[in-house]
Amino acid sequence: MAQHPILCVPETLDPSLLLALSQAGYRLEQCASDAIGDAPTELLAALVSGRGGLGDALEACRAIRAQGAGSVPIVLLVNQVDVAHLADLDDLIDDFAILPSSGAELLVRLRRATGGQDASGDSTIVSYGPLKINTETYQAVIADRTLDLTYMEYELLTFLASNPTKVFTRETLLSRVWGYEYYGGARTVDVHIRRLRAKLGEEHASLIETVRSVGYRLGQPSWGERTA
Amino acid sequence: MQQNDYVLRTVEERGIGFIQLWFTDVLGTPKAFHITPQELEGALEEGMTFDGSAIDGFSRVQEADVLARPDASTFQILPYVGSGAEIARVFCDISNLDGSPFEGCPRHTLRRVAGHAKEKGYTFYVAPEIEYFYFANLDPSTPPVPLDRGGYFDLSPGDRASDLRRRSVQVLEEMGIPVEHSQHEDAPSQHEVDLRYTDVLTMADTVMTARLVLKALATEAGLVASFMPKPMANVQGSGMHTHCSLWTGEENAFADPNNDAGLSPTGRAFIAGLLTHAPELTAVTNQWVNSYKRLVPGHEAPVSIGWARANRGALVRVPVVKAGKLQSTRLEYRAPDSACNPYLSFAMILAAGLKGIEAGYELDPEMVGASGARGPLPSNLNDAVDALEASALAHETLGTHVVEWFVRNKRAEWGAYKSEITQFELDRYLPVL
Repeated sequence: MAQHPILCVPETLDPSLLLALSQAGYRLEQCASDAIGDAPTELLAALVSGRGGLGDALEACRAIRAQGAGSVPIVLLVNQVDVAHLADLDDLIDDFAILPSSGAELLVRLRRATGGQDASGDSTIVSYGPLKINTETYQAVIADRTLDLTYMEYELLTFLASNPTKVFTRETLLSRVWGYEYYGGARTVDVHIRRLRAKLGEEHASLIETVRSVGYRLGQPSWGERTA
Repeated sequence: MQQNDYVLRTVEERGIGFIQLWFTDVLGTPKAFHITPQELEGALEEGMTFDGSAIDGFSRVQEADVLARPDASTFQILPYVGSGAEIARVFCDISNLDGSPFEGCPRHTLRRVAGHAKEKGYTFYVAPEIEYFYFANLDPSTPPVPLDRGGYFDLSPGDRASDLRRRSVQVLEEMGIPVEHSQHEDAPSQHEVDLRYTDVLTMADTVMTARLVLKALATEAGLVASFMPKPMANVQGSGMHTHCSLWTGEENAFADPNNDAGLSPTGRAFIAGLLTHAPELTAVTNQWVNSYKRLVPGHEAPVSIGWARANRGALVRVPVVKAGKLQSTRLEYRAPDSACNPYLSFAMILAAGLKGIEAGYELDPEMVGASGARGPLPSNLNDAVDALEASALAHETLGTHVVEWFVRNKRAEWGAYKSEITQFELDRYLPVL
């Protein structure tokens, strides 16, 4: 099974980090920060270094998001002095590490950012409770029942399940799952959540929780104690 | 493209035997052709060529062939289709052979109007209430037979229909079509399924799907689901009251807590647009001879062009919103019937409302009882077609191709109807004249 690569930007990334990633079994694809347009769009994650300046790195992140890889997890490497500028960038990046960063730290952050997927053979299964999604075959199963999902429903469910218990605003979901150019407006998210709940069925509909006046999350920290 | 990949992989993984390519003619009749999985990849990439001249509203003088281009985002497995190999459907856009949108494609028409709203920063959401009847027979030579006659305690047949409705709602939910609620309606054997709001293009697709599902499951149960606007005299007809709201991002553009009716200037202008252009819209929202048998006084159908908060005889109703529920501010356009073409009806409703906003129309005072209306809706198909033909808004919204074809088709329908001698005339005149 061909695993999607990690996009490493820019190609001058610290060779010791690249070595750590490839030794852990990840496929790597290197790319200059101004050539994102030529990079593959099917990615496991992206690793972007801001060593040469935060501005260029963020441009590269936006370029990755813009070219249809909206839901790809991005881990940003930043200089200590730039950390304060990351406050409002939840839509753009999933995690960051401060330079200089160790290979071990980076592996942990990548595992977290990709929803627990590692470089091994199980990387195509995203699961949470009774829900299992095979990202290779695009099939989602709830308690042994295969769900008949449309593409966007599948993308939304996979995104939420890859980041369980984390709350996302509608805007974040819209930009991460649909891409910025989407037509339907922010209410689209509510509509799709309602559709997903309908398809999950009464018993499992509460797997996706509404967090009042914030957004949505899949599962919750104390999952299992609550009745819908 | 990842979306196509998703469809192809799913077809493979789930052992889909056939894929139905769905589209709609100008009158809102569902059309489909079936392809095998082997043909799907080519269809997704290049579309499928077919002869459009036999499709209502597709015929043209010079070129008959058109291209059906599947919209992969609408790929859905049909859970209600029997056992054995599974079947999936994809909605198609119809285009010319050079790839440009075909002017007779209703989905394209609605997409264009929704795009026009989008340019102005608006997203249009709709939620229709689909009314329909279950009958025990489908022989047009005899009157339809309701399943529960006049609400007698006719327990088993009545339950049969309600069970069927509940099962249908469950199938709709499984297909990702959320149902707000469903109920037995006022007339014998009449039912209603209220769909939860979504963006207008998705909703038009959804109405087509819902009608097909309701009909298919009724047939399976040995019954008939009918969306005919007025199948029986003296009881209510089947309307498709359509709740509409306009949004700018997360904000409901119709809402204003400081206005008496809770309406913003945008909301008021939108309604003014609907009232001003209502006669021109009616041939589209009520497109059959029979539609006008529903639009008569006394059966909760609108007859007067006006708006009100509580009056159900008004064309536009503004439901009173609960305190603190400003986001649910909406209007209800009550003219459409369940046998309309949802794409063209929604397109005309949206276009009329936008026109009101653009031109800054003033809203009439609210109707009090029957007074305060601008006038009546067209009282028959012929009058409605006259209003449509003369409408600049209709030509602009639907395009000249559709308007010309529609007017021709509807004049022919009216002509055929006018030359009929009805039972009413025989009963009333033959014995005495």
